[in-house]
Amino acid sequence: MSPDPALLEVADLRKSYGDKVVLDDIRLTVRTHDVICLIGSSGSGKSTLLRCLNLLEEIDDGVISFEGREISDPRVDPRAVRRRIGMVFQSYNLFPHLSVLDNCTLAPRRVHGVPKEEAEQRAHDLLTRFGLADQAGKRPDRMSGGQQQRAALVRALCTQPTLLLLDEITAALDPELVGEVLTIVRELAEQGTTMILATHEMAFARDIASKVCFLDEGRILEHGTPAQMFSQPREERTRRFLARVLPTA
Amino acid sequence: MTSTQDDWRPSERELERQDVRRAQRRRSILISTTATVVVFGALWLGTVTSPGWPNVKATFFSWDDARASFPDIWHAFWRYNVVLFLVGEALILPLALLVALARQSRAAALLPLRIIAVVYTDLFRGIPTILLVFMLAFGMPALNLQGVTNSLFFWGLVALVLSYGAYVAEVIRSGIESVHPSQIASADALGLSRAQAMRYVVVPQGIRRVVPPLLNDFVSLQKDTALVGAAGLFDAMFAARDYANFNFNFTPYVVVALYFIVLTIPLARLTDHLQHRAMERERQGAR
Repeated sequence: MSPDPALLEVADLRKSYGDKVVLDDIRLTVRTHDVICLIGSSGSGKSTLLRCLNLLEEIDDGVISFEGREISDPRVDPRAVRRRIGMVFQSYNLFPHLSVLDNCTLAPRRVHGVPKEEAEQRAHDLLTRFGLADQAGKRPDRMSGGQQQRAALVRALCTQPTLLLLDEITAALDPELVGEVLTIVRELAEQGTTMILATHEMAFARDIASKVCFLDEGRILEHGTPAQMFSQPREERTRRFLARVLPTA
Repeated sequence: MTSTQDDWRPSERELERQDVRRAQRRRSILISTTATVVVFGALWLGTVTSPGWPNVKATFFSWDDARASFPDIWHAFWRYNVVLFLVGEALILPLALLVALARQSRAAALLPLRIIAVVYTDLFRGIPTILLVFMLAFGMPALNLQGVTNSLFFWGLVALVLSYGAYVAEVIRSGIESVHPSQIASADALGLSRAQAMRYVVVPQGIRRVVPPLLNDFVSLQKDTALVGAAGLFDAMFAARDYANFNFNFTPYVVVALYFIVLTIPLARLTDHLQHRAMERERQGAR
């Protein structure tokens, strides 16, 4: 284990909706520059886990620490945490009444107090990097799904988060458009952006992940490096899942 | 999902957290109670310590006058205001829906209908309701038409229905227009006719979205039934004025106000409740 302290530490996390236990006994350590891929079937708890980390869901037990501080404490202001964590959703969730540029500058200006010129400059730089320079003035609904999701990524990055949560961000996209979004995520990973992503793109997870966690019925059944997980998974269930989702080529 | 409700016991940390949450809840209850008591206490104090309060109390809040005027107002209220409202509402909804649908129609042959609908909404939304009540309640009988009633109640009702029909039609139309075109496309794709798409897909969704503004108009209509009193119908408002003029005491107006409030609040709560339930059903857990 490297000596630097963990950026995010999850211990014995539990989450239930009424009688339904959706997350149980979750343990996870994320260090700076890690790229953690959560894999598993739909309903295994990947999205719920991400939402818990961003304090969008109140947890039933366990401890989440972020930057050395426990954030699962009810006295912690969730907004202070969310200022440091970026999140991108499966269905983009861009604000349809704002232009792409305004979507990207809303939080930097209103939450982080960045001056307008600077926020717009930063947004323009990122949009240009992600090939959206000419889309800045458009409304989100005028763009393709891939463009919208790239814009949503830019929106999350504009607040310069220390941790990025990506919740199946390519699941709603055409196969053709998946590539353009994944290229960006790959680029971010190479630059050392710390990310946790729930994904169904196994080949992609194998390429970029520093660690892969297989979730099954709300537990992290198995985790390890992509090489370990994809070539010699320990658990029978992991093997069955991978056999179903990996292209048999 | 596993339902391993088995051996889980909250950890020390979680129990501690639950204590903190409880303390936070207690704190917020305390704050809300204090804020409420302070604000309403100040309002009450400001009122009763104002120099004219004894006078106002005697003329507006006299218990004896309230009791004395109560039965007449009660009778007039049920006999006219409530009936005007209920019958009016039953006529306004279908009328407004028809007008809204007529404005939405795209069939070439229905153009005259569309024109009528547009002119109707523009015209009747523009006329103050009280003018409409006067024009119909006094104007129609003055025409001396054969076989047409001179009933003040009837023409007052017609005036309210025409006026509110125009408002409600626009509300319903905005609801219909807010339904995404993809819904019509998928109804088309299933082979539904344009009218069927409206009937089974678009209108149910549109109406659901405009329930709060519709309720607004209903409440407004309840209150505006008092306008028919201004034209001389012996409704609750007229009964109150009658008593007030005779006894030089305005308490009956307060009594009428209470009647209207008692009628509207349960309706508002019921609609909120229905609305909430419908929403829960449709977007479970979506955030």
